Amino acid sequence: MPVTVEIPTEKWAGSVREVTLGATADEGGTRTKTVTVGGETSLPFLHFEGKYPHPPVVAVEIQDSHPDDWSPLLLEAWGDVTKDPAAWAKKAEEIGADLIMLKLRGTDSSGAETTAAQAVAVAKAVLEATGLPLIVRGPGQAERDNELLVAVAEAASGERIALGLCEDKNYRTIVAAALAHNQLVIASSPIDVNLAKQLNILISDMALPLERVLMDPTTGALGYGLEYSFSVMERLRLAALQGDSMTQQPMICFVGEESWRQKESKVGEGVPETWGDWYKRAVMWEATTAISLLNAGADIITLRHPDNVPIVQRVIEKLMES
Amino acid sequence: MGLSGLAIYKLLPKTNCKECGFPTCLAFAMKLSQKQADLSACPYISEEAKSALAAASAPPIRLITVGSGDNKVEVGNETVLFRHEKTFYHPPGLFVRVKDTQPLAEVEETVAQVDGYTVERVGMDLRLNGIAVENASGKADVFATCVEAVRSKTQLPIILVADDPTAMKAGLEKLDGSTPLLHAATADNWEAMAALAKEYKSPIVAQVPDGDLTALANLAEQIKGAGVEDIVLDPGTRGFADSLAALTQIRRLALKKNFRPLGYPVITFPGEGTDSEAEEVMLASEHIAKYASLIVLDHFDPATAYILLTLRLNIYTDPQKPIQVSPGLYEINGPGPDSPLLTTTNFSLTYFSVAGEVDGSGVPSWLLITDSEGMSVLTAWAAGNFDAEIIAKAVKTFGVENKIGHRKIVIPGAVAVISGELEEELPGWEIKVGPREAVDIPVYLKNVWKN
Repeated sequence: MPVTVEIPTEKWAGSVREVTLGATADEGGTRTKTVTVGGETSLPFLHFEGKYPHPPVVAVEIQDSHPDDWSPLLLEAWGDVTKDPAAWAKKAEEIGADLIMLKLRGTDSSGAETTAAQAVAVAKAVLEATGLPLIVRGPGQAERDNELLVAVAEAASGERIALGLCEDKNYRTIVAAALAHNQLVIASSPIDVNLAKQLNILISDMALPLERVLMDPTTGALGYGLEYSFSVMERLRLAALQGDSMTQQPMICFVGEESWRQKESKVGEGVPETWGDWYKRAVMWEATTAISLLNAGADIITLRHPDNVPIVQRVIEKLMES
Repeated sequence: MGLSGLAIYKLLPKTNCKECGFPTCLAFAMKLSQKQADLSACPYISEEAKSALAAASAPPIRLITVGSGDNKVEVGNETVLFRHEKTFYHPPGLFVRVKDTQPLAEVEETVAQVDGYTVERVGMDLRLNGIAVENASGKADVFATCVEAVRSKTQLPIILVADDPTAMKAGLEKLDGSTPLLHAATADNWEAMAALAKEYKSPIVAQVPDGDLTALANLAEQIKGAGVEDIVLDPGTRGFADSLAALTQIRRLALKKNFRPLGYPVITFPGEGTDSEAEEVMLASEHIAKYASLIVLDHFDPATAYILLTLRLNIYTDPQKPIQVSPGLYEINGPGPDSPLLTTTNFSLTYFSVAGEVDGSGVPSWLLITDSEGMSVLTAWAAGNFDAEIIAKAVKTFGVENKIGHRKIVIPGAVAVISGELEEELPGWEIKVGPREAVDIPVYLKNVWKN
């Protein structure tokens, strides 16, 4: 007797929140386009059981001053634009970036600390050079982040910039700046479902609408903790679909930063021959980290190497075919 | 899946003869349900009951072995949809495909490269698993020659890819007794292919076009009906989205519905649905994370092989048991009493990153590895598994003060905050804060460490 297969579908009670980055002139900003992520009602790319209204997007990472500590492969690929954030942003838009992520290094190459005025000037120059929505990240020390991000939030009022990182130690300041100037925040927690949830609750308690919160569950690169990120993201997404409201934020993964920090990407000499060609290994290290985390539920992927932008976008396109 | 003790009891003779070693049939049934007894202990069990119990205790995804001897690949037998629910057990076999239309010298070179490729990561030697040989020529004798050439270069498991049973047989004859996987039995040729699988005791792939799972289930049932139980599934999907859907559905049906006709491992061919080598690697990555058991690649390159082997290691690591090394005082580059002393945690990735850099620096050094439950530096610190007390304890436990003349210890830059407490725990010691990243250790050892 022939058997019949009934396709098993899950009936999920919840969905991921939709979050829109950037604001056009009509909406109080100056962006030529906005980007909306989230809205999924299924596990990643399972089109047979739910909706995936917005494809995940690629943000290209640029920095406010020349990143002399970056892999030579990256510096060579970008060329002179790394010395001029506005030109860099423009170039990133030309190669097809969906978003720009401006990382404020905190110090310039001579070691001098970036002032709030300098951070504002760079952010403004980048906003002028590109019509894409912006993510702005501080140097990663709570006090410095507060100082620089608050100034940027105020100067770019109404642009719906995503400000990061917003962590348990500084969320009050960052959320207040986002509230006052119509910006978004990136809620960042260390690879833990409950800590991620807790931070979303704290942010929500300050009356920032959750439609303005992205979630960074902490990215581990391939070979360097990828499996931890992969599983915590799967757990967060399952919780979101099961209806746990405080886990329903779209997820952002800082793939470029994490994968290009690793020896496999950074170094071309004095490594085992079995690691193969440096360029191929380094570029694919980033792309593979990206695809793995997209399959775990990432909504925004940040990349550093320009060659990977069309490659990862093409794969996202293919994942969206239903 | 598992039957309750009472359900098993109903299938037993209920005579309480005690010959199984238990006082009653019910007691025996209870032990059986807890897998603490073996059914064969009962001399009076009926054939009917035996097959019912065997079927009920069979794993929802059958374990399939490809190849033989030390190199064999075992796949299947998975029990969860998400690795955090327990773990994934059998890492997918990674194969590289050659075709019998390629020049033999080229085939042999590729096979030798795949066979010889080993890359070390966190103290483990990682390897690809085998070769797929495709009968692209359509000719049986050409295929046989190619298979023979492949076997001459490797003892790794082989997948024979051929539509024509005559060609398949010609290939099988060159691989006597080494249980290759046959790809594939289709709606058109399954009877002849299943007969070959039976004759040569080899596992076989059931293949349908375009993800038609009903057709796939029926084909698998037909093959099983012909007496072949070692089956692998090829749902025929080749893209990113359609293969994700088909592989997810097959895994769900097997695990959540205990649907036997699709309770087998799945094989994929990421090179067939992609436009470039880079895309192939990414589709293979998806298949590693999402439910493929055998993955056949069309490109071999050390860089991408290293990437896929690393990803496979990541995804198939037991989430409850991080890979760790033994705590202790490690010697690197033959240290003496005056050599630098560094400390870090016993998470294997941490250990190998630090040990690798110290080794590469050429500076003779001592590396004190603490018992930090296999956590990385920051995670261990946050969890209280890498604090001043634990470092001080390791200094005592491993007799550091007897082996080292000086009293200086380098702690990872990421836990600079504990240096004050460590000074209190280790009176008379100087606590030095090292770099945050392992990659900066050589410069630190050469320039900053001063005796």
